[in-house]
Amino acid sequence: MKLKRRYFLVGAAVALGAGMFGVVWSNDAAMARAKRLTTGKGESSFAGWLKIGADDTVTVYSPHIDFGQGSHTALAQMLADELDADWAKIRVEQAPADYAFGNAALAKVFAGQMSGHPDVVGHLPDPVFGLLARNAPIQITGGSSAVRATGQYGMRVLGASARLALLAEAADRLGVPQAELTASDSRITHAKSGKVLRYGELAEAAAERPLANEPTLKARGAYKLIGQPVDRLDIPAKVNGSARYGIDVTLPGMRVATAIAAPVRGGKLQSIDPAPALAVKGVEKIISLDDAVVVVASGYWPALKGARALAPKFSDGGNGAISSASIHTAQAQRIAEGKPDKDVHSGDLAAAFAGAGTRQLTADYRVPFLHHATMEPFAMTGHHAGGRLEVWGGTQDPVQTRNLLAKYAGLSVEDVTFHPMIMGGGFGRRFPPYTQIIEQIARVAMQVDYPVKIIWAREEDVRQGAYRPQSSARLKAALGADGKIAAWQSDYAQFADATAEAGLPYVVPATAMRHYKTISNQVDAYWRSVNASQHGFYNESFVDELAHLAGQDPYQFRRAHLPAGGRHLAVLDAVARRSGWGGALPAGTGRGIALVESFGTICAHVVEASVKPDGTPLVHKVYAVADCGMVVNPRNAEAQVQGGILMGLSTALGEAITLTGGAVDQSNFTDYPVLKLADAPVIDVHFIESDAPVGGLGEPGLPPAAPALANALFAATGRRIRALPLVGQAG
Amino acid sequence: MPVIARVNGESVSFNADDDTPLLWALREELGLTGTKFGCGIAACGACSVHIDGVIARSCSVPLASVAGKAITTIEGLGNQGGGSEAAPHPLQVAWIAHQVPQCGYCQSGQLMAAAALLKTAPRPSDAEIDAAMTNICRCGTYPRIREAIHAVAGQAADQTGAVA
Repeated sequence: MKLKRRYFLVGAAVALGAGMFGVVWSNDAAMARAKRLTTGKGESSFAGWLKIGADDTVTVYSPHIDFGQGSHTALAQMLADELDADWAKIRVEQAPADYAFGNAALAKVFAGQMSGHPDVVGHLPDPVFGLLARNAPIQITGGSSAVRATGQYGMRVLGASARLALLAEAADRLGVPQAELTASDSRITHAKSGKVLRYGELAEAAAERPLANEPTLKARGAYKLIGQPVDRLDIPAKVNGSARYGIDVTLPGMRVATAIAAPVRGGKLQSIDPAPALAVKGVEKIISLDDAVVVVASGYWPALKGARALAPKFSDGGNGAISSASIHTAQAQRIAEGKPDKDVHSGDLAAAFAGAGTRQLTADYRVPFLHHATMEPFAMTGHHAGGRLEVWGGTQDPVQTRNLLAKYAGLSVEDVTFHPMIMGGGFGRRFPPYTQIIEQIARVAMQVDYPVKIIWAREEDVRQGAYRPQSSARLKAALGADGKIAAWQSDYAQFADATAEAGLPYVVPATAMRHYKTISNQVDAYWRSVNASQHGFYNESFVDELAHLAGQDPYQFRRAHLPAGGRHLAVLDAVARRSGWGGALPAGTGRGIALVESFGTICAHVVEASVKPDGTPLVHKVYAVADCGMVVNPRNAEAQVQGGILMGLSTALGEAITLTGGAVDQSNFTDYPVLKLADAPVIDVHFIESDAPVGGLGEPGLPPAAPALANALFAATGRRIRALPLVGQAG
Repeated sequence: MPVIARVNGESVSFNADDDTPLLWALREELGLTGTKFGCGIAACGACSVHIDGVIARSCSVPLASVAGKAITTIEGLGNQGGGSEAAPHPLQVAWIAHQVPQCGYCQSGQLMAAAALLKTAPRPSDAEIDAAMTNICRCGTYPRIREAIHAVAGQAADQTGAVA
């Protein structure tokens, strides 16, 4: 597979960041609505997304939810840098769950700019813009898109445009040429006269001015905030218990409820005897939904006791024979039949496989369903009164959540208010279409005349998850006489097409990526890096196998397939160098390397690991190098990569959701083990800056973790790992 | 019979039933929502509090068992020094300095566990941190939790050294 785009490393070529970014601020109705929803006395709004107060306070509205990825702070840094704002007076607020603040509105902002920059269009995340096209207006947080899309093409442009409006207003007011003015720290200074005007005193008039459509953005060398490790704005409230999550919402007269849904996804509630629950002190009401029972009580504890006292009868929806084994069998069968739903290929595969002197290898890989295991279980609070429904909770798309609430409540969207709350983790779990608690809270709130909060027990959270899909792959490749990969074929069976993620960063003359769609009774969910995590494991493990077959060092073998001067090679070389690749290790310890590009970011890890006497793996150290183009906040960027690595290792070591009789076997952290501190290795994270478009960071640190670990264990033990998790596999 | 205990230095009379886990009495009766619900079976530590100075997972502590005891939650962690004004615990300061939290949901419990550790081991080794810090963090803040604990322990040691 040829690399379509080549970018230069910083220092090698042009300065990046300077440039003309066309913007169309013409969505008048949405903009007026956005201003109305957010702007109070003494405040002036610029395009709805930025508000400057008479007291110089600058408020940035983020369409993205911050559930730990730090995007609120990063987006504010990007806007404030272009605005030349005083960082001490910056605040970030969650944009209201209203179409005026949908990403679609921001996408319109992007549209003008993207039209003239095909490279950028190609680079932008399909999960964001593909979905935008289908579901607009929406307000998605996902696809590692906040900084690279909203920040780079929305917030920076807005900051620069607002700055120009403030400068123009200051020039008129002072009667001096704009060129004689300088802006910094939320002040405009006229050096000749010594006059200074604050943004706060200019904002009202400046906000009436038209916003420039194509402001010139700062060149990289001129950044003051972008690239700085500023403290995250959300952290102080997270160390003293004052941060309020969805589960913390409390209203006067509120009752607390818990839900039990059909254990077999697709099943319906057939019958329920409410008496045993109603006999529990504190239980007030049992509400039957189509596929679940909800117990409403004076508090969570009586609600849980009530729920445990019930023995609801559910149908299995015809899914009672589905198991992890049956899904795997179906996937293997589809691959064996060889009739893909999608076949993307390059080069002459047949000829390459038949070439003289080739050596071939075929291997079957598989990964299980995975749970997100957010630390905050689902919780939402609703109150229906006076024909209006008000709901509080955390999801990855507040606008779509509001629309769904209206649908399930049978109300117009205008009569529904959704208050997006911060979330105790998301990782893809909280996309509205499969955030079942949205329907539950809407239906339950409509049936009672008091506020009610539904909290899922952890057992419900684990059993009713929306998992990373179970997937299988058969990889086949041929090594040419030159010892390089001549042909590569990936036949993979899973729900979603993963053409992009099944692809390779390596130059291979003939490739085929064939998708065999298989379905089960589980939803096809997003999960931190989704397809890139499955196919990253497949591809980078199999490349390792090929290196072994070729009798070459795994790092050098990869090197030989990467174009000279490219970003991939730079990342790979950097991680090898930092990890002391090739140096001596204690006996029984192995080193593994893996390289995966996802969400516009190239990331490579080297893992050092061994096997403990009891046969279980021990991860000693992880070296990570990432090229995400530009790093907005290095300290938070490091945290995202650390977190991605630990989640990747955790899943590889011990996580699996399995199905028996159509129902999930696991129930809590006892049988769905999440990595703990004692098992977290030392992690070394390094960034390479390049002039490539800004890449995401919430997800790209994860995919190389599992294959790098598996490759390290192969180096240590000689045993190849082709299925995850590692737990239960003999060391 | 109401259960009477001290919570963050104040006498409290709980009305919830005796078998109610302390977690829910704190959250729903006192409105102390900084203590989080994670698993309900003492497996994740999000609900960690101190009971008479000892770390406990409040989701699995029946209310009746805390009668007459002193409970400290994250909301009261900063006041443990006995000062009259709210002053953050050194760990809370370190958690900000080291930019520990991501989603933040588990961090109340992590801080309570770390504070309990430092009471018994003012300069904990990595092995002691491993053994004491068994709370789950899905975001993967473990490296920074370790750093922040070491940083506070280092300060304590410096102070001790200065006195000596």
